[in-house]
Amino acid sequence: MSVLVIAEHDNAELKPATLTTVTAAGEIDPSVAILVAGFDCHAVAESATKIAGVAQILVCDDARYQHQLAEDVAALVVAVAGEFSHILAPASTFGKNLIPRVGAMLDVSPISDIVSIESSDTFVRPVYAGNAMATVKSSDDKKLITARATAFAAAATTGGSASVSELQPVDGSGGRSRFVGQELTQSERPELTNARVVVSGGRGLGSAENFKLLEQLADQLDAAVGASRAAVDAGYVPNDYQVGQTGKVVAPELYIAIGISGAIQHLAGMKDSKVIVAINKDEEAPIFQVADYGLVADLFDVLPKLSAALEK
Amino acid sequence: MKILVAIKRVVDYNVKVRVKKDESGVETANVKMSMNPFDEIAVEEAVRLQEAGQTEELIIVSIGVKQCQETIRTALAMGADRGILVETEDQLEPLAIAKILREIINKESPDLVIMGKQAIDDDSNQTGQLLAGILGWPQGTFASKLEFSDQRVAVTREVDGGLETLSLALPAVITVDLRLNEPRYVKLPNIMKAKKKPLETIGLGEFGLDLSPRVTTLKVAPPPERGGGVRVESVEELVDKLKNEAKVI
Ligand SMILES: Cc1cc2nc3c(=O)[nH]c(=O)nc-3n(C[C@H](O)[C@H](O)[C@H](O)COP(=O)(O)OP(=O)(O)OC[C@H]3O[C@@H](n4cnc5c(N)ncnc54)[C@H](O)[C@@H]3O)c2cc1C
Ligand SMILES: Cc1cc2nc3c(=O)[nH]c(=O)nc-3n(C[C@H](O)[C@H](O)[C@H](O)COP(=O)(O)OP(=O)(O)OC[C@H]3O[C@@H](n4cnc5c(N)ncnc54)[C@H](O)[C@@H]3O)c2cc1C
Repeated sequence: MSVLVIAEHDNAELKPATLTTVTAAGEIDPSVAILVAGFDCHAVAESATKIAGVAQILVCDDARYQHQLAEDVAALVVAVAGEFSHILAPASTFGKNLIPRVGAMLDVSPISDIVSIESSDTFVRPVYAGNAMATVKSSDDKKLITARATAFAAAATTGGSASVSELQPVDGSGGRSRFVGQELTQSERPELTNARVVVSGGRGLGSAENFKLLEQLADQLDAAVGASRAAVDAGYVPNDYQVGQTGKVVAPELYIAIGISGAIQHLAGMKDSKVIVAINKDEEAPIFQVADYGLVADLFDVLPKLSAALEK
Repeated sequence: MKILVAIKRVVDYNVKVRVKKDESGVETANVKMSMNPFDEIAVEEAVRLQEAGQTEELIIVSIGVKQCQETIRTALAMGADRGILVETEDQLEPLAIAKILREIINKESPDLVIMGKQAIDDDSNQTGQLLAGILGWPQGTFASKLEFSDQRVAVTREVDGGLETLSLALPAVITVDLRLNEPRYVKLPNIMKAKKKPLETIGLGEFGLDLSPRVTTLKVAPPPERGGGVRVESVEELVDKLKNEAKVI
């Protein structure tokens, strides 16, 4: 039996988290297949065939999968589930929305957000905002898993030569769930969960206007911009910037936290970063406990100086 | 509309949990317990719908130990009409919780189920989707806005790329995100009033469900520690360290 990865994509390209999920799948069983459910998604299927280590691509190209509603995609996954021992998706809002619904239909207990694989039935996952790591063993005959993108390396996008099979669409929501619209954040910057450098701001920034200072720094470093929940709630930046237990999990080479206190819910989303810099005027701020380099200073002094120093 | 809200009693979000020495779990003795913060948002949303005249009845369900009664009372003090506790000492996984909720839903026939998107203890983020899948109902997860009309609900969802809006036929399952609303503080008179509201307790055994665990926890260990960092005195020193010591810029 082989392992199935549900591709996350936007009908034009694969999301990077698909590649890390392929690596996780390959650790379980080297025979990996990918399901691409979408509309007008041939470019996605084509690029999936080239991923190293992938043997088979299942494609279902149909208007009903254009927005990949969980109700529709879950029915399709269930229809092909029989031949696979494990089914994985990224632990993103896409995968978290989908996998449990498949679990309900197959009567399987899903395992969320795994960060390592001990064996084909035993996995490690963070609980309590990453303050504890649980090793869990599944006795279901099929395993349904979401994998944390930052915990696995990305599979190479070249070198593979997978075969392609077309699937027939399956009845799903029957119109009871309908897509209405979306407002996606447009940005030229690297994607938050995938960037080499992340610059994040908190309530200390004080306003959306001031956040621009931080964005300038991010552009100099070719970094993604993140935020604490307080900064998002205050409306300084959109919701998809939130890093933390209930936002995105990031693990860049460099994470710069500016005007962020370091609540456990925030740390849960960034403490696996390789190098952490904290800039905060309060020397007692908990963020300093996880920082490799801490600078106790007013961020409004620091930001212009930092930008100037990087210009050199 | 009849609404059912599922709430979980969890370790309070301000508590820094500690792993037990024998690695069997985390220390929960003498630790402050509260309603899962996402579930407070779920209750608040339902109460607001009720105040807006869109709800005939608002029922709270919790599954867990006897003390969950306190958590249910909090939700009743926020404005819900009555509570149901399914009492058990067992640690149940989300699939089991969803199966129990199905039994309650079959009996109560709500038009809408609202729950948290994730419980902050086990962080599974599964129960709502499992329940929707079991019932074959539409699901609107990670909701930051709800609008009702004509037996449908428009759900704005917080997704990784921004926001997405779906239209779902009722009955449906909604799971809520942080920015849907800000839960109210309960006032003392309401706490007193809540004591008189009906709270039914059902033993888990009464459902006759097979809920044997599919996932067992082998051990719970502390996360890897980060090495201690250093303080830098100036922006110049910081830039120098990042360039020449950490070599990340
Ligand atoms: C259920 C739940 C889930 C949550 N999920 C998340 C999550 O996913 N992500 C998340 O981030 N939070 C989350 N939170 C919120 C979290 O508990 C904190 O409230 C939040 O992270 C605080 O954001 P902050 O550090 O920006 O703000 P604050 O805690 O207010 O900190 C602001 C910091 O800025 C500093 N500062 C102010 N002015 C300056 C200046 N001029 N120069 C330098 N420093 C300055 C201050 O010293 C302070 O340390 C969650 C909370 C709950 C209850
Ligand atoms: C250290 C540890 C070890 C554990 N070991 C085991 C084990 O060996 N076997 C086992 O089966 N379980 C075990 N559990 C319990 C179990 O994993 C979780 O409590 C269960 O998975 C629920 O997950 P969740 O709360 O994260 O669900 P989520 O899906 O994150 O919860 C989402 C929403 O579902 C609703 N909900 C969830 N639970 C309830 C409830 N009880 N009542 C009403 N509504 C609810 C709430 O609206 C909540 O916001 C363990 C838990 C921990 C922390």
